[in-house]
Amino acid sequence: MHASARPAVSVNLTPPVTNASGREPAAALSMRMNINKVNFYYGTKQTLFDISLGIANSKVTALIGPSGCGKSTLLRTLNRMHETVRHARLEGEILLDNKNILAQDVTALRRRVGMVFQRPNPFPKSIFENVAYGLRINGTKLAMADAVEKSLRHAALWDEVKDHLHKSAYELSGGQQQRLCIARALAVEPEVLLLDEPCSALDPISTAKIEELLVSLKDLCTIAIVTHNMQQAARVSDFTAFLLMGQLIEFSPTPHLFTTPSDPRTEAYITGRFG
Amino acid sequence: MASTITTVPNAGAPVAGSRRSFWSKLRDGDEIARLITFLFAASVVFITLLLIFELWQGSALPRHKFGFHFLTTQVWDPILDEFGALPFIYGTLVTSGVALLLAVPLGIGAAIFLAELAPARVSDTLQFFIDLLAAVPSVIYGLLGFLALIPLMRDYIQPGLKKTLGFLPFFTGPMYGLGFLTAGIVLAIMVIPYIISVSREVLLSVPRDQREAALALGSTRWESTWKVVVPFARTGIMGSIFLALARALGETMAVTMVIGNVVTISPSLFSPGYSIAAVIANEFTEATGDLYLQALVELGLVLFFLTFILNGLARLLIVATSQRGSGMGHT
Amino acid sequence: MSRRLRWRKFISGFMLTMTGLCAFVAVSVLFLILGYLVYNGGTSISWNFFTKLPAPVGETGGGMANAIVGSGKLLLLATLFGVPIGFFGAIYLAEFSGSKTAFVVRYAADLLNGVPSIVIGIFAYSLVVLPFKHFSTMAGGFALGMMMIPITLRSTEEFLLAVPRALREGAMALGASKWKTIATVIVPAAYRGILTAVLLAFARVAGETAPLLFTAFGNRYWSHGWSEPTSSLPVMIFTYAISPYEDWHRQAWAAGLVLLGLILVVNIIARAILARGIAVPRT
Repeated sequence: MHASARPAVSVNLTPPVTNASGREPAAALSMRMNINKVNFYYGTKQTLFDISLGIANSKVTALIGPSGCGKSTLLRTLNRMHETVRHARLEGEILLDNKNILAQDVTALRRRVGMVFQRPNPFPKSIFENVAYGLRINGTKLAMADAVEKSLRHAALWDEVKDHLHKSAYELSGGQQQRLCIARALAVEPEVLLLDEPCSALDPISTAKIEELLVSLKDLCTIAIVTHNMQQAARVSDFTAFLLMGQLIEFSPTPHLFTTPSDPRTEAYITGRFG
Repeated sequence: MASTITTVPNAGAPVAGSRRSFWSKLRDGDEIARLITFLFAASVVFITLLLIFELWQGSALPRHKFGFHFLTTQVWDPILDEFGALPFIYGTLVTSGVALLLAVPLGIGAAIFLAELAPARVSDTLQFFIDLLAAVPSVIYGLLGFLALIPLMRDYIQPGLKKTLGFLPFFTGPMYGLGFLTAGIVLAIMVIPYIISVSREVLLSVPRDQREAALALGSTRWESTWKVVVPFARTGIMGSIFLALARALGETMAVTMVIGNVVTISPSLFSPGYSIAAVIANEFTEATGDLYLQALVELGLVLFFLTFILNGLARLLIVATSQRGSGMGHT
Repeated sequence: MSRRLRWRKFISGFMLTMTGLCAFVAVSVLFLILGYLVYNGGTSISWNFFTKLPAPVGETGGGMANAIVGSGKLLLLATLFGVPIGFFGAIYLAEFSGSKTAFVVRYAADLLNGVPSIVIGIFAYSLVVLPFKHFSTMAGGFALGMMMIPITLRSTEEFLLAVPRALREGAMALGASKWKTIATVIVPAAYRGILTAVLLAFARVAGETAPLLFTAFGNRYWSHGWSEPTSSLPVMIFTYAISPYEDWHRQAWAAGLVLLGLILVVNIIARAILARGIAVPRT
């Protein structure tokens, strides 16, 4: 089974795309990243089958599907985090701005493609030092304090922490820690930001704050988000990809997928018949 | 009319709320077992308390005669009955300090390799060898130190150090091959396994996602290890260092055989010296007179306190890290 | 790739290689020690070594028969003294005690474990040597036994606690009393771990010298019974090594090889027993 939309480098989409922030219909859409015929193995077991899709520039793309469908695995290939696991093997091509990321230096790649994890994982340092970490190792043109403030503002956390920058990150609440992790990731100015179920460990209010945040971040970078919460995908994303058992079942603009899905399995999932 | 209720004593279980005699309780197999095992467990506490008591009582004479001056006096003269612990405390601290200076970087480096880089099977195999190294008894280290290391120090290492770093006060004076430096080197080898074992475990317990977060920000492997994982584990690693220090302070045989056994305080690491444990080992059976013997016992008491505090701190630090690893924020 | 990134990657590779070097150095020390002992002591191991008494000073051809037997006697005493306390004490901690008592006992055991062996020697001296006014095998065995207690106690407790609830409840549901459950179900289930603990404690005290220096003291002849001073392998190594006689040095190497060999073999066996798996499947 293949995706119902075949992403090419440029795509003209009809009907016009309207998303949560109500922008005008998109013109030609460019793909920041392209996944071409990716197959993934843990040892001898194959977990992703022939996946091809595009991550649209300056848009939010959501990956949904039941537990174990491979959405997190797929996300983690985009910044080559799968390489931290010993028996993981990738076949196929993943392009960032039309260059294969598998042929590039991985450290440089990970600065361009950032990641926020499922559980907030701030470093055992102060709030300031958490955000400054990426800047310190990569070098920054701005003064450190300004760069840190900038990132914390982008993550909608500045006002809450500006007087406490030197306190330990662990004194923040769960939702604040997650926003701190987002600020930390944004500090190195990535082109793409990957979020792996960022709200699953958080309460509804923190979740809402982060969802708001994500929509506003589109201007800064391209976003790909894995979520098990369909309503979240519907609220936040422009494009949605539905995966089932390692295969890409359907990939289309979010409103289309949720109102008139093309594949019966997609329909079964979003109406709650399984997963 | 009230009905009489006869209660049949249940031979198997203690009847709740009843006042059974001690002897009837004793007929319970379980109560006997509890009592017997309790006595054994209590004996452990009793032995420990008795040990402290004996050390305290057994050093009464010098404690009353010298008081705290015992710790600050340099003189150790059995003939004049003047006893001071300072040269031995000095020797103990210097040799342990040298040992840590050498063992800590090596040990933490090895632990990093075992925890972060080596595949699981290699790491476990190497750890197995490290555990065997920890099992080598002190006297064997002493044997090797005395017959193999001392000539090496005297003929190559000490002259080499003197030539290159001889302007420093640490590397001056006659080179006998034995002394503070040699003892420090032997101690370093003896405590490395402790630093490695504990640090490795502590590093392995750092949550995966700390390292992943660092890598995802574009860190190199070394940066993620050194700037994130190791700081996360720093309290546990400190604990391993305290543990190693406690071990080094109490080491007797290996030190006795290579330190030279001369009562002196000298800045030079080539100088022969003495440690608390070494002087007890050498002079205990030769001690004439109660004051002399009890002064040695008092040295034992000093050693006991030092290791007691260090071990306690080490335990606290190691427990603190494991707790931090399992729980994240405070709210 | 920018220059800065190239430098960072170089540092990364360099430092990680250095850590590998540290690990290599640490592990190779073990083999260095073994190598030295085999090289220097291997040739001196002879029938004489195991069967003859020490020769008068200056003469060759002596052996360490009395030291070997002496060590055997000391270790036997140590085991008889230390293991039951550790074993039954652990049963109390795991099966009967409340948490406050358990804390105190464990704390005492850990404290005892951290006491330098020379201080244990002082303790044994004041308890067993002074009252009887002479050195004895008994005193040495007592000192070593005390050192076996904490290891035996803590490890046995750990393995007893690891026995799954399901097993205990199964036995009790069949009407077995607590002590019967312990004796027939729990202890057998944990026997591997307990045996390992005892072996490791044994290996630990087999090499101890300091506590023997003023308890068992030493003896150039056979020691009879339990209240005479006795020679032991570690003390002989010490005495011979620091002596000025070539022949004695050779014997010291040989004794070192025998002692270390014994300790390493016991350690390896102990770990192998444990690695074969705890007797009870983990739930």
